[in-house]
Amino acid sequence: MDTLTRANNNSSVVEDRPNIALTVNGATREAPILTDETLLDTLRVRFGLTGAKRGCNQGVCGTCTVMVDGQAVRACLSLSVNCTGLEIVTVEGLAQDGILDPVQRALVESGAIQCGFCTPGLAIAARALLNENPEPTVEEIRVAVSGNICRCSGYVKIVEAIVMATRG
Amino acid sequence: MVESLTTGDLRAVGARLPREDAAEKAIGAAQYLDDIQLPGMLHTAFALSPLAHARIVAVDAEAARSHPGVHGVLTGEDLPRLGGGAIKDMPFLARGKVRYMGEPVAAVAAETPAIAEAAALLVDVEYEELPAVLTIEDALAAGAPLVHDDIGAYELSHPVEHSGNVLSRQEIVEGDVDAAWADCDVIVENEFATGAQYHHALEPTGAVASFDPGGKATVWSTTQSVFRVQAEVAQLLDMPMSKIRAVSPRIGGTFGGKGGAHLQPVAVALARRTGRPVKAVLPRSSDFMSMLRRHPAKISIKTGAKADGTLVARQVEVTLEGGAYCNESPAVLGFALLMARGPYRIPNVRVTGRAVYTNKLRAGGFRGFGNPQSTFAGESQIDELAAALDLDPFDIRLKNAIKAGDTWLGGQTVEACGLIDCIAKLRAATEGRSRKPKPVAGKSRGLGIACLAHVCGLLSTAANVRLLEDGSVTLGTGAVDCGQGSDIALAQICAGSLGLDISRVNYVNPDTDASPYNWSTSGSRTTYMAGRAVATASEEVKERIFEHAAEMMECAAEDLEIRPGGRVGIAGIPDREVSFAEVSRRAHWGVGGPIMGQNALMYDGERFDPKRAIVKGFPFANLGTYVFGAQAVEVEVDEATGSIAVVEGWSAHDVGRAINPLGVEGQIQGGFVQGIGYALTEELVWEGGALANPSMMDYKAPSAMDVPPSINPIVVEHPEPSGPFGAKAIGEPGLIGVAPAIANAVADATGTRLREIPMTPERVLRALKSG
Ligand code: FES
Ligand code: FES
Repeated sequence: MDTLTRANNNSSVVEDRPNIALTVNGATREAPILTDETLLDTLRVRFGLTGAKRGCNQGVCGTCTVMVDGQAVRACLSLSVNCTGLEIVTVEGLAQDGILDPVQRALVESGAIQCGFCTPGLAIAARALLNENPEPTVEEIRVAVSGNICRCSGYVKIVEAIVMATRG
Repeated sequence: MVESLTTGDLRAVGARLPREDAAEKAIGAAQYLDDIQLPGMLHTAFALSPLAHARIVAVDAEAARSHPGVHGVLTGEDLPRLGGGAIKDMPFLARGKVRYMGEPVAAVAAETPAIAEAAALLVDVEYEELPAVLTIEDALAAGAPLVHDDIGAYELSHPVEHSGNVLSRQEIVEGDVDAAWADCDVIVENEFATGAQYHHALEPTGAVASFDPGGKATVWSTTQSVFRVQAEVAQLLDMPMSKIRAVSPRIGGTFGGKGGAHLQPVAVALARRTGRPVKAVLPRSSDFMSMLRRHPAKISIKTGAKADGTLVARQVEVTLEGGAYCNESPAVLGFALLMARGPYRIPNVRVTGRAVYTNKLRAGGFRGFGNPQSTFAGESQIDELAAALDLDPFDIRLKNAIKAGDTWLGGQTVEACGLIDCIAKLRAATEGRSRKPKPVAGKSRGLGIACLAHVCGLLSTAANVRLLEDGSVTLGTGAVDCGQGSDIALAQICAGSLGLDISRVNYVNPDTDASPYNWSTSGSRTTYMAGRAVATASEEVKERIFEHAAEMMECAAEDLEIRPGGRVGIAGIPDREVSFAEVSRRAHWGVGGPIMGQNALMYDGERFDPKRAIVKGFPFANLGTYVFGAQAVEVEVDEATGSIAVVEGWSAHDVGRAINPLGVEGQIQGGFVQGIGYALTEELVWEGGALANPSMMDYKAPSAMDVPPSINPIVVEHPEPSGPFGAKAIGEPGLIGVAPAIANAVADATGTRLREIPMTPERVLRALKSG
């Protein structure tokens, strides 16, 4: 059973769609992706990459943030078919060989992670910022993460963590 | 794989440790509710009431049932039991009537979320619309329609004084308020109003249920208590608790909104009906429309003082809007009243309150639990009184602040109390911040402060500590960490008691099959209550270790000491020691059996004075020990736009003892920012019976741009004798004084007093205009 078959299809029939290839965290994966399927559905439901979270599914909270060709984007608003040929990086792809990305390490060490539901999106937003601007000011950091809502931390330690990450 | 944390020595208590699951969360590996995938799992959608108040004439779910891909549909008739708080008034799917727009009426389980949603739209309900009760005034009007036709027919889990749409009425009286006004040189009297705040946990509410072949259900959910889930599902579905296992995955924030059962009974009933695992996760709009909110309040308050600032009398009347079902309204009201005197010595006090039903979303527990409402009114009024007496806001508070040994409203003795210390440290930290407006081209700045108190304690909890064969330990309590950091704090208490490195403590994920018991992660109680159980259980393990070590080294147990790294030695003789591993192997394989410590306790503090009959209709026998704080903000008010920017924040809290200062700071800063949202932007707004802003776009929780870069935590430690290592609480306090501190800062900046929150730009402009 194709778990993403839409309601208006006869649900007991798996549609015979051509596979579409996506490059996620450096590996190419193929799946019979629907034309109106969001990148968040593809990642979470089809590929089992549940690091990106679904906080609102409306493009507001930022918990679904992933990097597409270096840009932080909202996976809940992006269509997977538009991402073919592009490099998609999810939070699962940030750590290399078990070594945390400096952003992840700083978030851990600064106590910036409480419930952690915002953390994957924030880590990606911060990584995208630092790739573009390795030494951002505090104000630039605040702007860069302003689309990632955190209900727990009050943001102070998140901003401190990103400042810490700029130093290594 | 991520490296584990380490403390490496005896000082686990007081160490600035990140939470144990931080790295797991940082790499996206933490499993939250919606990350659970089970083979054959079905997905749930709800049909919601389109009306605020209506009789249900007929429900026809046939079209939904026969929709391809649908495996089960439930309506109110399938879930006949009522649940809820003190008044068991709530069906989990509406029955007989709908009482608010967005109330779940039917639930569909289908092969995909999209099929379930499409089928839910096919549930055909015939309604007969009734006049709706939409405001406190509506509810109290003579001849008002009744939200519940016959409260007397409901089962009560606590006695409540109710009538008409009033679901609870309570009173606390001390001294003689009516006579005392004559002794006052100045009396101020005002009305305050507070808004409906949405919990806004980033993780939407959800549950997954699955039956094993033996008929036992496992239910995972976004919850503050696996034990409440187990008990409530059992009661609602007529199942023995032994056939229900409740587990918590990682939790993406709760803030009081997930204390009781929500979707779990429906998910379990659908799993039972369909024979398949069932997941129910609310779309964000339904999470707004169908779950919980903070009680809006109307508060009339009058305070009188002598010319020197000595407080003489206070009278408070609180009315809470509770929404369609009782939930925790009587308890929230009781706590609002208990906090309405404020942390001051006032000999003559009368606080009275009502909570009313309306045809709107239920209100329930939310960080602060009635206290933010009372404190907004009370602390705003202290500043008004100070202004009337031409006294400094710090001075009037210091003059009247309660101290250890004083009694709280209701008669309980206050044990440790660092309030004066908090105020003094706050004053020192904000020194030099001008209290006088500095007008800069239409912008003015001001400083505002507020004091607060809260409690920690409540009900029962338990812990067990097992010494493993290699000398490490497994710690179980059943306390759910909703993100606030209790897992690491409890592990630190255990590690600190036993001198173990934190990496040697395995904290068991809450699971009713494996964990001892914890009532709930509610009321700022986990570190204090579960921590007490952990400390005592750890001590018991230590005693057993000493007994073994004394026999092994042929010495007296009294001569032994714990040494870092899981060893026990003879005091004064460095080379005479045995390791916990040696002790534990002896216990497992030779003498005595495995070493385990356990403790169970009920909060046993002093009770509210029942003899003097000063407390009426109050839902608690006792609550907890008191915690204190004082908060300050500097604001900048744009007099052209009416917008208020918080420039900097300070937050001083007596936590007894900071088990984990990093976590304490995070709680303070996070609470502070929720307080900024509560004060300035967050409000659920209704148009008629319809929630007008059920989306994160239209309901504005603070983003990183909306908060000051510096929120300075000031940690004050006056150890609580009954607390683990002296610890008390910090979960809720960070939010409580922020709104009045901001209102006081706005008054300082502009000379204008705002008595309604949120202080939106429109309200600010209106207030500035009317002077
Ligand atoms: S889930 Fe995509 S922005 Fe909220
Ligand atoms: S840590 Fe909970 S939302 Fe950010």
